[in-house]
Amino acid sequence: MPEILDQARTQVLENGVGLDEAGVLAVLNLPDEHLPAALQLAHEVRMRWCGPEVEVEGIVSLKTGGCPEDCHFCSQSGLFTSPVRAVWLDIPSLVEAAKQTAKTGATEFCIVAAVRGPDDRLMRQLREGVAAIRAEVDIQVAASVGMLTQEQVDELVEMGVHRYNHNLETCRSYFPNVVTTHSWEERWETLRMVRESGMEVCCGGILGLGESVEQRAEFAAQLAELDPHEVPLNFLNPRPGTPLGDRSVVEGKDALRAIAAFRLAMPRTILRYAGGRELTLGDLGTRDGLLGGINAVIVGNYLTTLGRPATTDLELLQDLKMPVKALSETL
Amino acid sequence: MSGDTTGPAPLGTSTRFGGPAGAGAPWCDRCGTPADEEDHTACRAARQLEPPRYCGHCRRRMKVQVLPVGWAAVCVEHGETRA
Repeated sequence: MPEILDQARTQVLENGVGLDEAGVLAVLNLPDEHLPAALQLAHEVRMRWCGPEVEVEGIVSLKTGGCPEDCHFCSQSGLFTSPVRAVWLDIPSLVEAAKQTAKTGATEFCIVAAVRGPDDRLMRQLREGVAAIRAEVDIQVAASVGMLTQEQVDELVEMGVHRYNHNLETCRSYFPNVVTTHSWEERWETLRMVRESGMEVCCGGILGLGESVEQRAEFAAQLAELDPHEVPLNFLNPRPGTPLGDRSVVEGKDALRAIAAFRLAMPRTILRYAGGRELTLGDLGTRDGLLGGINAVIVGNYLTTLGRPATTDLELLQDLKMPVKALSETL
Repeated sequence: MSGDTTGPAPLGTSTRFGGPAGAGAPWCDRCGTPADEEDHTACRAARQLEPPRYCGHCRRRMKVQVLPVGWAAVCVEHGETRA
């Protein structure tokens, strides 16, 4: 057994203290033959500190495309030659999407907009949409609408948004290679305000943007410092027309190593499968990740791409004897 | 295929169904290049996890709304397609 896994067994599994950056790096550098042991330990950590339940979430894009920012992975930037056009979702369709999501047993529904930050029109649309969903659908509403002012944070709290997603995307040292129109620190500032407001913080990122293994470890450590309620883990799905459109997808074993490492860095967080897993991991890898530290999934489609049918994921959870977290446990 | 040019209804409320541009459509609905001039095997594979972005009949970029279950794509000329 590699020394880092022995250390993690005591430090993380028994004492609930996450690995630091050097420890995460050691896990990320484990040779293939030790990957099953790392995943097994990460699974034990998840079961010990989070339990067997899996949190299920659906997401929808309220405002697609036409974003003024230049996040190099994103097909919704108006600065690239992506084929994605700007479109707004109307409120009845938003409510219907929430109903479809709730039917899967999901407890979370996240409303997302491709913006730098919300303007008055988007805040009005969000207010109307959140109110309509809360009136008609039994589901927790989360939001992800970019960088916020303190007034907007307060307004989201008042609307009843219980969790706010704002991904750091990658580590601080690599961020300028991925986004040039705003800074990592600006994102951190929004996260700070969200945390202080009492909303749950959802913050993760994308692996496979060209970051080094060391920078992946740096990212895990920075997320652990933030200590978010939830960490969505995406794997790059290279989008046509974006600066990262020609990059290769993350190799499956590297993705699984990252899942184990991030779990060992953050034993208590909700670690969610997000976009790109279908390409990077496929069906078998998806199963391995759920047995290697993942305890939440986005089901159904993503913002501009499609996911597996929700039923496929739900059947897998049933097969793995992992109960879907009930709404009553989230209230 | 509808030739109605009165403009598409708002996404999510339309009852117009253009139908997917299937075999024989002149344009690839993923990359917007001629369907019969290049190998679109990769496009077909990618479309398993993507909605269409171009109208297969006229290669116009479509307004596409992805939903948790399904998607809706609107071509200003050929109307709405849903899946």
